[in-house]
Amino acid sequence: MAKIESAFFDLSYLENLASQSSSVHRLDPRIKVLLSAAFVVCVVSFDKYVISAMLPFGLFLLVVAGIANIPIDFIIKKLIVVSPFAIMVGIFNPLLDQQIIMHLGSVNISGGFVSFFSILLRFSLTVSAMLILIATTGFNSVCMAMVKLGMPKIFAVQLLMLYRYIFVFIDEGMRMFQARTLRSFKKRSMGVKTFSYIIGQMLLRTIDRAQRIHLAMLCRGFDGTIRIRQTIKITAKDVVFLIIGLLILLFMRKYNIPLLLGTVFTGIS
Amino acid sequence: MHMADALLSPAVGGTMWVATASTIAFCAKKIQMNLDDRKIPLMGVLGAFIFAAQMINFTIPATGSSGHLGGGMILAILLGPYAAFLTIASVLTVQALFFADGGLLALGCNIFNLGVFPCFIAYPLIYKPIVGNNPTPMKIGIGATLAGIVGLQLGALGVVVETVLSGISELPLSSFLSVMLPIHLAIGLVEGLVTTAVVTFVWKARPEILDISSQAEAAGKFSIKNVLAGLGIAAVITGGALSWFASSSPDGLEWSMFRVSGSEELETPRDGIHHVLASLQEKTSILPDYGFKATETEETASEKPASSWPAVDAGTSTSGLVGGGLTLVLAAFIGMLFKRRKQER
Amino acid sequence: MSHHIVEVQDLTHTYADGTKAVKGISFRIHHGESVAVVGANGAGKSTLLLHLNGFLTPQTGRIRIGDFYLTKDTVQEIRKTVGMIFQNPDDQLFMPTVYDDVAYGPVNLGLSPEQVDKRVQDALIQTDALHLSDRPPYKLSGGEKRTVAIATVLAMNPEILVMDEPSSNLDPKARRTLIDLLSGFRHTKIIATHDLDMVLDLCERTIVIKDGKITADGPTLELFQDVELLAESHLEKPFRLQACPVCSGQKLPEKPVQMDDHAHTHDHDHDHHHHD
Repeated sequence: MAKIESAFFDLSYLENLASQSSSVHRLDPRIKVLLSAAFVVCVVSFDKYVISAMLPFGLFLLVVAGIANIPIDFIIKKLIVVSPFAIMVGIFNPLLDQQIIMHLGSVNISGGFVSFFSILLRFSLTVSAMLILIATTGFNSVCMAMVKLGMPKIFAVQLLMLYRYIFVFIDEGMRMFQARTLRSFKKRSMGVKTFSYIIGQMLLRTIDRAQRIHLAMLCRGFDGTIRIRQTIKITAKDVVFLIIGLLILLFMRKYNIPLLLGTVFTGIS
Repeated sequence: MHMADALLSPAVGGTMWVATASTIAFCAKKIQMNLDDRKIPLMGVLGAFIFAAQMINFTIPATGSSGHLGGGMILAILLGPYAAFLTIASVLTVQALFFADGGLLALGCNIFNLGVFPCFIAYPLIYKPIVGNNPTPMKIGIGATLAGIVGLQLGALGVVVETVLSGISELPLSSFLSVMLPIHLAIGLVEGLVTTAVVTFVWKARPEILDISSQAEAAGKFSIKNVLAGLGIAAVITGGALSWFASSSPDGLEWSMFRVSGSEELETPRDGIHHVLASLQEKTSILPDYGFKATETEETASEKPASSWPAVDAGTSTSGLVGGGLTLVLAAFIGMLFKRRKQER
Repeated sequence: MSHHIVEVQDLTHTYADGTKAVKGISFRIHHGESVAVVGANGAGKSTLLLHLNGFLTPQTGRIRIGDFYLTKDTVQEIRKTVGMIFQNPDDQLFMPTVYDDVAYGPVNLGLSPEQVDKRVQDALIQTDALHLSDRPPYKLSGGEKRTVAIATVLAMNPEILVMDEPSSNLDPKARRTLIDLLSGFRHTKIIATHDLDMVLDLCERTIVIKDGKITADGPTLELFQDVELLAESHLEKPFRLQACPVCSGQKLPEKPVQMDDHAHTHDHDHDHHHHD
């Protein structure tokens, strides 16, 4: 599938997920943004050789995704698609760090392997957390939450407008892409010259569109500021959830739960 | 080119977040102050345009592979630096949220690497002086290509420095640089060529469009102060990188990744900036940072796999937590320093 | 009722590149009238419309909307009186949800939140689009987008509606819904279009523009019989007026409008508008 088509699919798919209704979806978006941020900070603050202590975080995500009815396979697919950079940078760790730090049965494991797996785990956790955030909240609500949390309004307007017109432009880009594909047969991608004509044309149309939108705004009393209607309301329940969520995250960060469990079960300390 | 959360330490990620957030706040203020209200819809749709344009591939000349547009320089040329920065930031935010390009924490780094360098360094210091107020295709070509290259090189440098400072990846600075910079030199060159072609196309079809941005530019009076702030931040980062670089490989560049052997590299996190951060963490934590290594090596093969698999004991986690908290505080502190420095200038 | 008169006198407009888009146009539209502006592509319709809400100001000639002549000072006032519906609803719907989009204008008018909410509800009820409230615009169908675009304008309480190709890109059912909706409005309507069948349904008067000048201005039915005039402006006689026994006998069975009693329909529309 062409990149632009899969992008369109992803956007609408996530948007559909976000329009579901679950107890996670109904939480105030601010709570979700803050918890996601805390989650990511907790995960990345682990030492680079940590693996086991991060695992409960994965469990946490699984539980949230389960309650919110977010299909895990979609998240895993996305993880695979975006993983190359993390893998590319992490793959050198086993090569560069060969000090044996662990014995698994009779197998010696070097620090590099441990830290490489740690990178992969961090990567999966942080990326999944973000996908779950957007899939349970929706873009508009995330923006509203960010405004409430201090993001400049004009940047919120920018994000909202960008998001609004992404759909229009992807549609347009898709049609151009199809039109070109229909006439170019085997050649997979186009030369710089054709590309810049197409992009240049698209850019001119974009600028014209901006003018028409500006006109439409003026017609309805635009005076340079866009006022965003605030729809989100925080309730006591949300606050309680935030506190509980933070406590869980802190607990998981502070105690190596798998190790504790292992200790309890094995009696070895 | 996108940094990932997984490779970042909270200190570096937090610092870059603060730097990026204050740049966004600064630009927002700047735009509101000298508002050309035509720009509000223009920023929105140009963001969407760049977003869509990035998904269309072209064949890179003289190679078989395909590339796509970055678009930062096009935005800077059409919108001026402040509006362009916000637009780039918005595109990256949407990409981070929906396509998991980068991550929440890495967003600060990514916006900084792909936004600050093209908008506040490459555009005002390279493109503008070359092109001036009377563009010709020749000037646009030279300006856009040079600016594209410099912007991307700085961005790649940013990625490398942020990764190395975070200390999650074992890649040494020199090897990482020797891979990233040449690749991004090539990408920058192509980006410059495409930018030139697109901008020239627009300029020939509708010269007044380029006028809009240069007029707004004149009205907005591009402040040297801001450039200096940007340069200051870049200088601090580069300085840190260089000091690290100097201490980690005193006998010159290690050009080949494969010549680097494991034992040498284990020493590197002990030097330079990361060493400072790490030792701070060690001193203030209850147990030493790498305590787990010591305990692990004492474990014997006779132990059951189930108990030896968990890599860290609870004591190490506590020290990690304290250290993590402290590094975050440190991040906020460094961020505030940057902010204050910016305000003072 | 001269209060909401639209008067254009000797209007000309030349674009920066030297294109003379409008070369001396004059007309006068009374309160409650419904007027079609027709002509070939590039005849100057859009340029004319852009003047009616003050996006362009007259280079020569004058425009009067109600009591005001259009100048830079009166443009804000005029934009409250004239509601403009754009050809492409995607240009008009720029807010994240339908509700926000309809509320955008009233909020800018400085109304209180309750008043804004009332305006939004009213506009959405009037256009039968209340159920779309929370939807993002990009998820609407073409017809729904058009309806919401009209609601965004109605929420401003304009006296005059100016529309650019309102029926373009609509499927037949959505087009019929639109026509029914528009025919229920009491507003003065100025509609630029190529859809002459819709003109028959909505407009008792038609202005034909060619090369920036008015070539005809009169009762719709009369003008549409003038095949030469229509051909000159790259137009065709509407199907319903063509002597085709099959079409004329079976078209739009749910509507009583038939070929033989168009005069009647016309009168009826006319009465309707003037009584309001």
